Amino acid sequence: MSAPAANPLPLLERLPVALRDACTNWLPESWRWLANSLLSIVAVFVVFATLFALLTLAERKILGRVQNRPGPNRAPLPFLGLRTYGLAQPLADGIKMLTKEDIVPRGADRVLHFLAPVALLAFSIMTFAVIPYGRTLLPVELDAAVLYFFAAGAATELAIFMAGWASRNKYSLLAAMRALAQLISYELPLLLSVVAVVLEAGSLSTSVIVEKQGAWLFGILPQWHVFTPWGFAGFLIFFVAALAESNRSPFDLPEAESELIAGHLTEYSGFKYALFFMAEYFGMCALSGMGVTLFLGGWQAPFPALGFIPSYCWFAAKLLALLFVFMWIRATFPRLRIDQLTRLAWKFLVPLALVNLFTAAFWVLSAGWAGPLAFARWVVAGALVIGPFLALGRRLSAGLGPRSYRYA
Amino acid sequence: MSLAFLLIAFLTVATAAVAMALRNLIRSALLLVASWAGIAAFYLWAGAEFVAFAQVLVYVGAISMVVLFAVLLTRPSRDEAEVTPASAGRLLPALITGGAVLGVLVGAIVGSPLRTTAKPPPPVTVREIGLQLMGPHAAALVVVGALLTVALLGAVVIAATSRPADPGEPR
Repeated sequence: MSAPAANPLPLLERLPVALRDACTNWLPESWRWLANSLLSIVAVFVVFATLFALLTLAERKILGRVQNRPGPNRAPLPFLGLRTYGLAQPLADGIKMLTKEDIVPRGADRVLHFLAPVALLAFSIMTFAVIPYGRTLLPVELDAAVLYFFAAGAATELAIFMAGWASRNKYSLLAAMRALAQLISYELPLLLSVVAVVLEAGSLSTSVIVEKQGAWLFGILPQWHVFTPWGFAGFLIFFVAALAESNRSPFDLPEAESELIAGHLTEYSGFKYALFFMAEYFGMCALSGMGVTLFLGGWQAPFPALGFIPSYCWFAAKLLALLFVFMWIRATFPRLRIDQLTRLAWKFLVPLALVNLFTAAFWVLSAGWAGPLAFARWVVAGALVIGPFLALGRRLSAGLGPRSYRYA
Repeated sequence: MSLAFLLIAFLTVATAAVAMALRNLIRSALLLVASWAGIAAFYLWAGAEFVAFAQVLVYVGAISMVVLFAVLLTRPSRDEAEVTPASAGRLLPALITGGAVLGVLVGAIVGSPLRTTAKPPPPVTVREIGLQLMGPHAAALVVVGALLTVALLGAVVIAATSRPADPGEPR
């Protein structure tokens, strides 16, 4: 978070930083950076913990709406007795999780059983550090921010393994292995789709990537990466891989209740289970935030005329829209089988992501083309995206026509 | 020698030492991962951001998985994750091997000329590292990439068991 001395930004835009400075200005110079960092950490944590509480409610409400039922609507506000559409449900859930008995199996590795949810949550919170939430709201300015994000994310795999192994339960261990296979498989398309963005932006810094998307085509159309052929394909690959990386439906089979009795979470109860739950939502939020940063223009407004709305509002709107799509997909698609899951990753997404890398390279090399050549640039890049998609899709789904079920 | 450096060094060495002393292989592997993370922290302390994150991504994220999978897949049951202490007769070869490795490393460190100038090195950006890797060191990068790919393919070929496709298998 760094604000230039002479600030031409409107009041609302610099309000968060101004508030922070007002809180820490009385401190001596040598202590101020520490206080500023601590305030950033507290702010990020409070905002995302609140978002987590509201997301659990929103998810249940949206699922209820999709399935034509009301969803949670009973929990009243404390001392008031008002049933405000179940708005107090997260509070009730929190109290329930806190007061539930914490059961550790007798044969479990007690240390690792305790460490697993803590490590998972810690690593997922660490990923929030490099996401630019607004024009002046970047907790840590890193030269290799994208690399940091995925390095912190990679460590979560270790925590899932710890949870599965320490539980001393065959379902837990099997599910942990399945979860690892899934996470490792989908990390490849995820990273490959991100490499295309890094190639275009020429930087690993998230703030630079967002600023590069700030130009306007013909003065009105935003130049976000998602509005280029390679960016569109890259965003779709990123989104599918992000669904799988955050264990969300339709890729939630590490936690499938029907086959694996909730997988690596089988032996977890009470607050430790809540921590896993929280880490899953944090992971979802962080990956969505990264998707917004890399492909959807970060905190940039979609039209120049709407620039008066503060940048962090645009980021929040894009983030919430993406999170809504996560929930919408959960309500719509059935769960994949493990073989379909790995096949989708290795035979479909990885080749497409590699081709997309070539498309992005072509896009960067042809940046100077003008006039009719600019049109040709779009045609070639579009063909490079659509051609392999159709060819690969046709080949993989050959012979998999609609089935007829005679005794269903 | 700052306090941070001493703390990082202590944690790295301590986790590595405990990892060797433990009898439980999985715990040893996890402590080894902690030790690798300590090395990444050291890179970060030294100002090598890129190397630090690459270390975490590769070692904590990927190599640790290889180690853990190898331990799990080569032990028939989880009760055998405990290793019985080796006989005292193997102590001497172990000491000789370890001493030889230590000697080579110490010799290399002592033998290399380290410039102790007071001038701090210029800050290196990721962009410069990328240009260096893609320009003067591109050949080395390609060779390493080819080597790793060949190793990966070899591992797949060794591990894969060819099984005729079952026609009744669901697709």
